[in-house]
Amino acid sequence: MNEHEEFDDIPGTTVFTTQRSRQGFHLNQFCMSLMKAENRERFKADERVYLDEWPMTEAQKLAVLARDYNAAIGEGGNIYFLAKIFATDGKSFQEAAASMTGMTTDEYAAMMLAGGRSPEGQRSIRDGY
Amino acid sequence: MARITAGVATSHVPAIGAALDLGKFDSDYWKPLFDGYDWSKQWIANEKPDVIFLVYNDHASAFSLAVLPTFAIGCAERYDIADEGFGPRPVPEVIGHPDLACHIAESLILDEFDMTIINEMTVDHGLTVPLSLMYGQPDAWPVKVVPLAVNVVEYPQPTGNRCFELGKAIRRAIRSYPEDLNVQVWGTGGMSHQLQGPRAGFINSAFDHQFFDQLVNDPDTLKKVPHLEYLRESGSEGIEMIMWLIMRGALGKKVKELYRFYHVPASNTAVGHLVLKPGK
Repeated sequence: MNEHEEFDDIPGTTVFTTQRSRQGFHLNQFCMSLMKAENRERFKADERVYLDEWPMTEAQKLAVLARDYNAAIGEGGNIYFLAKIFATDGKSFQEAAASMTGMTTDEYAAMMLAGGRSPEGQRSIRDGY
Repeated sequence: MARITAGVATSHVPAIGAALDLGKFDSDYWKPLFDGYDWSKQWIANEKPDVIFLVYNDHASAFSLAVLPTFAIGCAERYDIADEGFGPRPVPEVIGHPDLACHIAESLILDEFDMTIINEMTVDHGLTVPLSLMYGQPDAWPVKVVPLAVNVVEYPQPTGNRCFELGKAIRRAIRSYPEDLNVQVWGTGGMSHQLQGPRAGFINSAFDHQFFDQLVNDPDTLKKVPHLEYLRESGSEGIEMIMWLIMRGALGKKVKELYRFYHVPASNTAVGHLVLKPGK
């Protein structure tokens, strides 16, 4: 197995490789634009119009509009870039992370307080450890 | 000559900065974390370093995907605080040490580390949260900073071995600077955490504790840990810990551990903190 195939063996994880960075370039650059207050205002005023100014794919735009961060990562998004979207929404990193796990915000917060997600069974799909 | 007097490692979670900025340090959630830095605040008030050589990573703030340097050294006189999407943190601007930074940059490149040189950039929570944890909330930072930004966002990040060797070269560079300066080297980021996907919230305390022990006593073994092992064992964002190896490389063969602190959770992350002194 080469290293990229090994990455796919890690449960629930997308490794942001050079190729994914290429795939998500415009999506991630759109996210960067939200570091300016005036752009955040324009985005909030009409998200679709703002997104249409970027040469993003329709799937990327729909993932942003739905705040579906797993889908956005699947389209080449990187979490540190996507963070500009939930910062614009006034949401915390913990709320955004919870939304990707299928847990409620409260369930996720309780898991973190109890020591976080255990590594048992979370390292490798193939080897189940 | 400039002296490397200590090494500090600490996590740099953005929520820690937000908790401090919003005055939540006495809350049940945050107090145990901030208490864990009380010893270090006292210690650094006595140590009074002149300059921090601060190894951190930019989180898509100063560097977009347009240009993504692997190792970038800041030679600027000052650094503004980045707006990461909710306005800049209300902390003082960061003052550089251009003369020392230029000396280190030249020394590293001649030592065959192909550095990117930065004369203008903003700095984000990766750099400012460690300063807040160690110095609290002063009107101006009581220390100058030479920032070293490391790409840990996009694979492939530099290897642990390359980071450790860069640390050794930084040691040579700092110790050949003619002015008598008290310099600390900080490594930031980590410990185990994952911020994305269904596995978000991943924490591996056993890995983190072993990392602490090996960083102090056996960095030659630790530096060989490959990307895949960090990804599997410490979460997709745990690979930030390679930046601690740069700090460790700069301290020389033997170090004395002065202080260690570990706490789960800060938001999505395991927080680790270490204070080391070079020599036996």
